[in-house]
Amino acid sequence: MTSTVPDLPDIASETRMELYRLQLEMRHFEKRAYDLFMQSLVKGTSHLSLGQEAIAAAFGVAMMPGDWTFATYRGHAHTLARGVPMTAVLAELMGRANGLMGGKGGSMHLTSVEHGVMGSYAIIGAHLTIANGAAWSAQYRRSGQVAVCFFGDGTTNIGAFHEAVNFAAVWKLPVVFVCENNLYMEYTPIAAVTAVDRPAADRAAAYGLEPVVVDGNDADVMYQTAVRAVERARSGAGPSLIEALTYRHGGHSRADPGKYRPAEEIAAWLERDPVPLYRSRLLSLGVPRAELERLEQAVAEAVDLATEEAKAGPPPAPELLMSDVWADGGSSWRN
Amino acid sequence: MAQLTYRAAVARAIAQEMRRDDSVVFLGEDVAAAGGVFKATPGLLDEFGAERVRDTPISEQAILGAAMGAAMTGLRPIAEIMFADFFAVAWDIVVNEIAKSRYMTNGQVSFPLVIRSGNGGGLRFGAQHSQSVENWAMAVPGLKVIAPSNPRDVIGLLAAAVRDPDPVLFFEHKALYAAKGEVPDGEIVDELGTARVLRRGRDCTIAALGAMVPRALAAAGQLSSQGIEATVVDVRSLVPLDTATILETVAATGRLFTVEENPRLCGWGAELASIVSEECFHDLDGPIVRITTPHVPLPAADVLEDIALPSVARVVESVRTAVG
Repeated sequence: MTSTVPDLPDIASETRMELYRLQLEMRHFEKRAYDLFMQSLVKGTSHLSLGQEAIAAAFGVAMMPGDWTFATYRGHAHTLARGVPMTAVLAELMGRANGLMGGKGGSMHLTSVEHGVMGSYAIIGAHLTIANGAAWSAQYRRSGQVAVCFFGDGTTNIGAFHEAVNFAAVWKLPVVFVCENNLYMEYTPIAAVTAVDRPAADRAAAYGLEPVVVDGNDADVMYQTAVRAVERARSGAGPSLIEALTYRHGGHSRADPGKYRPAEEIAAWLERDPVPLYRSRLLSLGVPRAELERLEQAVAEAVDLATEEAKAGPPPAPELLMSDVWADGGSSWRN
Repeated sequence: MAQLTYRAAVARAIAQEMRRDDSVVFLGEDVAAAGGVFKATPGLLDEFGAERVRDTPISEQAILGAAMGAAMTGLRPIAEIMFADFFAVAWDIVVNEIAKSRYMTNGQVSFPLVIRSGNGGGLRFGAQHSQSVENWAMAVPGLKVIAPSNPRDVIGLLAAAVRDPDPVLFFEHKALYAAKGEVPDGEIVDELGTARVLRRGRDCTIAALGAMVPRALAAAGQLSSQGIEATVVDVRSLVPLDTATILETVAATGRLFTVEENPRLCGWGAELASIVSEECFHDLDGPIVRITTPHVPLPAADVLEDIALPSVARVVESVRTAVG
């Protein structure tokens, strides 16, 4: 990991405020999603990004409109990072008609094409190959678009990861692979199941890429890393593979209390919680406390409002069941 | 009108579509410089260049993921999976990703892509390079499934598949690549979801797919000399399924035989039998008979493989016994 107090990079103050706002929004959103789950208003499962917000926020700010996000089942934060309204995401989690996908996708498949969120994928590894396809399309059309693909440390042990990174390197695709290494593949420590210390970075050399390990809990470091990788892709220099070290505050999913993790480890990482860390950074840079408090208040109110709007949505119409298997809007398989 | 092989029809179809539409791109293992292991795609690299005709690593997931991502962002990719058996390696991308993503996203994304693959047995390749897997595909909502039996249909149906806004699995039959057929000059575009009646006869309907079509036709010829007149339907398209044509012919003949290369359980003929028995039961003069490969992996030895796959003799015998 790079130093926890980096040389403070030259980042515009408005950019820093946006990085903080996004992290706050994700933090409040994820806590609300958890509460709604406990109230049985969110059903099924959900995988929260509590503790990992800095990575998604940094890329959200660094990416341009038209760039593409490919996220995982732990994708609420990455979806919000591109400006997708919280109401639509919460309503999707609650299976309402006003949900982002009308209730047909759920927590693990958040997609908003108009915001460049090209999907959240719930089978480990697959979306790295799909991000390649979008990047290929950008390369072929010379559109200058970049695909950014987020995934966890556990993904580095599945075949699709290796196929995709090799393919991207050979085709020199404008894609950025971002491994959020939160130290656990679901319930098992990643170190217990991986032959190398750094599950992504130590594999980079196999595909001719630079090993990159960064502090995923420092939004400034992440932002600079994101800008560099996105620019590299956009310039035609090819893919990047970034390993961002982070830690999830909760378990793998709603069903997991995360008790397999040592208390000292959790405490140490809570000390490095990206949200208060960034708040301190902003204060030390001279941002008035009152300005931060106004922003915090505004985000909390926005989450409350989104919750009420989402709850007010009706259930999906039964007709939705049979719609949109095909491009003609229907599902007919025979004449 | 010219005689063309089934394999040459593949290249002609791809070229026809690539000339027409710059968004059509083609990728797969050994497809570009080598022209394909079945020599079905020679000349495409020369005509369309390395940006549109691309060799890939042996990475079926990466190939199909790339096709999916390209399709959802404005291209119309054609991907090749060399042997249909290899679909198993990348089935996640096909089944969990390509087939479901339009539905899951409430119609936000489209997947105008074609996955071509060499399907079927008869070439003594053994159990991992001979399977007929069209019924795997048919079982998954969100995939269109096509299997042409002759060069003209290869061109017309492949062109239609490329132009279709939905994902199409296009099962070419390996044992047919060398087969020749009459093909008209000029552009050919057919229609997905249409079966073709190749022969009309009053006594029974024989529905067949892919390499079983020429066998069904040969069987019908032999049966005719024995006084049994068969209608032969080339099913061509499993999804969408042209049930109207099939039901109409069965209503006229009162008998249905399916000739299926897939192993017995859950073959496409089972679905057809279910539909026919539900919807024209009272037109039937006898039980529906499925003529299939037995429910075993395919053996390599020629003697054994020939027993396994439905033969002309087995079709003739099955029909004679039932219709007699």
